[in-house]
Amino acid sequence: MREARIPTEELMGSGHLACQGCGATIAMRFALKALGRETILVIPACCWAVIDGTFPHSAVDIPIFHTAFETAAVTASGVKAGLEMRGDFETTVVAWAGDGGTFDIGLQALSGTAERNDDIIYVCYDNEAYMNTGIQRSSSTPVGSWTTTTPVTNYKKRPKKNMVDIMAAHAIPYIATASVAYPEDLIRKFKKAKAIKGTKYIQVLAPCPTGWKLSPELSIWAARKAVTSKVYPMLEITENGNKLTVWKDFEPTSFKEYIKPQGRFRHLKENEIEEIAKGVESSWQRLLAREKMLASIPGLDT
Amino acid sequence: MKKVVMGNHAVSYGVRASEVKVISAYPITPQTHVVELLSELVANGEIDAKFIKVESEHSAMAACVGASAAGSRAFTATSSQGLLLMTEMLHWAVGARLPIVLTNVNRAIGPPWSIWTDQNDSLSMRDVGWIQIYCESNQETQDAIPQAFKIAEEVNLPVMLVLDAFFLSHTYEIVDLLETEQVRDFLPPYNPEIKLDTNDPHSFGNLASPDYYMELRYMIEEAMNDARSVIKRVGKEFGEHFGRYYDMVVPYRCDDADVILVTSGTVASTTRAVIDEMRDEGIKIGALKIRVFRPFPFKEVSDILCSTKKVAVLDRNISFGNHGVFYQEVKSALYGKTDIPIIGYVLGLGGRDVTPKVIREIADKAIKDKNPEPYINWIGVKR
Repeated sequence: MREARIPTEELMGSGHLACQGCGATIAMRFALKALGRETILVIPACCWAVIDGTFPHSAVDIPIFHTAFETAAVTASGVKAGLEMRGDFETTVVAWAGDGGTFDIGLQALSGTAERNDDIIYVCYDNEAYMNTGIQRSSSTPVGSWTTTTPVTNYKKRPKKNMVDIMAAHAIPYIATASVAYPEDLIRKFKKAKAIKGTKYIQVLAPCPTGWKLSPELSIWAARKAVTSKVYPMLEITENGNKLTVWKDFEPTSFKEYIKPQGRFRHLKENEIEEIAKGVESSWQRLLAREKMLASIPGLDT
Repeated sequence: MKKVVMGNHAVSYGVRASEVKVISAYPITPQTHVVELLSELVANGEIDAKFIKVESEHSAMAACVGASAAGSRAFTATSSQGLLLMTEMLHWAVGARLPIVLTNVNRAIGPPWSIWTDQNDSLSMRDVGWIQIYCESNQETQDAIPQAFKIAEEVNLPVMLVLDAFFLSHTYEIVDLLETEQVRDFLPPYNPEIKLDTNDPHSFGNLASPDYYMELRYMIEEAMNDARSVIKRVGKEFGEHFGRYYDMVVPYRCDDADVILVTSGTVASTTRAVIDEMRDEGIKIGALKIRVFRPFPFKEVSDILCSTKKVAVLDRNISFGNHGVFYQEVKSALYGKTDIPIIGYVLGLGGRDVTPKVIREIADKAIKDKNPEPYINWIGVKR
């Protein structure tokens, strides 16, 4: 995770329309550095539908096809099939969607693409709510969080949907989580995904200062603390769902520290914070146990 | 080669002849045989295409949109609820100006569940921007597919081909099957100038401000208007290649007719038989089949209907609160051109059989009916 080799070529311009400190923009910048020019993006309704800029401009230097909210995965499947029937087997096709377009409205089409194992990279830049429409809860919104549809008097009581597990159940060749705080790791994972045939799913934690009620300069800080506080584990699932590798080589930090500068958690009382922190720890332990369990079954990871 | 095939299989053979590169579809009664035969033709190599077997019709159209944007010829088939589920992506295909072809088997919409024919599914898509062509026989159903791609690829608009559930989809007729090699001269391979291309990167469909949106819509309307002459020319060219000519409308014994029955789909054939019978009795009656519904053939319809004394429009559909859809359209085509009576008849919904007897009843009634009360005549409704 310490290897510092970031390509210098920029495929994303600075003239985009994102908010200050936008994690989704940083995610795109590094992802494109990993993927290179031979890439086509399929973007559904999400922040990036706007960040790209207004017609006739575009903030990225590769082709983008904007598509309807729930269709990122299958539109990408169609693009890939269309390219291959023209004899182009080289271009990487990437569906690039937010958590609403992935966890919620786009789940069905994504499941279809993954079940067919269509040869695309599906990226969910996860900012944990419907940020483009102005911060409404999604099924990716973590427990305890405020949004405009989960007001502080009735904050989100249910945990974040485990999208990684759902994708693992599809037995696809590559699944990874990444964080914009670890660009070298993010680039490595995108390069790895690019080299694998089949459906690849990468979920990138992309803090949203606007929606998280966080100072923009703390965006990367939060993306790092989410990992070190075990809220957002960095993992890879390979061998068609049979091998789980969890990154553990970090100094653990507290859940309380992670949520402190985020206004979306400000209403939580001490006991509520403790309760949620307990949940974070048990999810982490369950993840480690599964890693161990899968590794203990002989012949499973081949 | 002539073969006895069902309407659904005529669709699949039309797709085979048109060298489609990406097929994406989801099964629904009564369209299922289309996708079954296509699966077989792709599996045995008779069609060199990828078949994306999606989990919904919404995804079927999204996959076609992606494939077409990447520069490949794309096809899907559906019916009824499936077409409705596709609605959002039908709009997307139009806005993105993608020449996708879709065959829709006309089936009534639930509830209550009905698998039988009527036109409310396709006609509820009339304002979307798809060219719509209504087929009357299995031969037409097959022939329409290469024509549809030729039209679509010239005007950059998608084309919806429509056939009646069961009366065509499941009915076996003799069809002169098109051979791929023959069709190649008529329909060259699809190689669009504008497509997703990493050597020429563009952003397609991104946010357009009010300064641009209206012009892009205007261009769609221009393309729809251009399609009129393209459809006529392509129908003629098809005839020159294969001996079967197609046009926007098909008049039958209209020249000296006092009454003209306006029809579409399989009702058109039944009507012709009734016209012959009535002509034998000395009654001056004719029929006009509307083949192309979008763009609506205003000129053809008004040229033919203005010479008669009374028009009866047979609608296998209902636009609740405002007559049958063909009635509305015919009336608007004739507005300001004539003051002859135009009477609407709604019939055959949910697959209720439209027999020669039913058509005869309408024809006799139309001759007697005074304009224009009542506007809508519900035929055969048990009250």
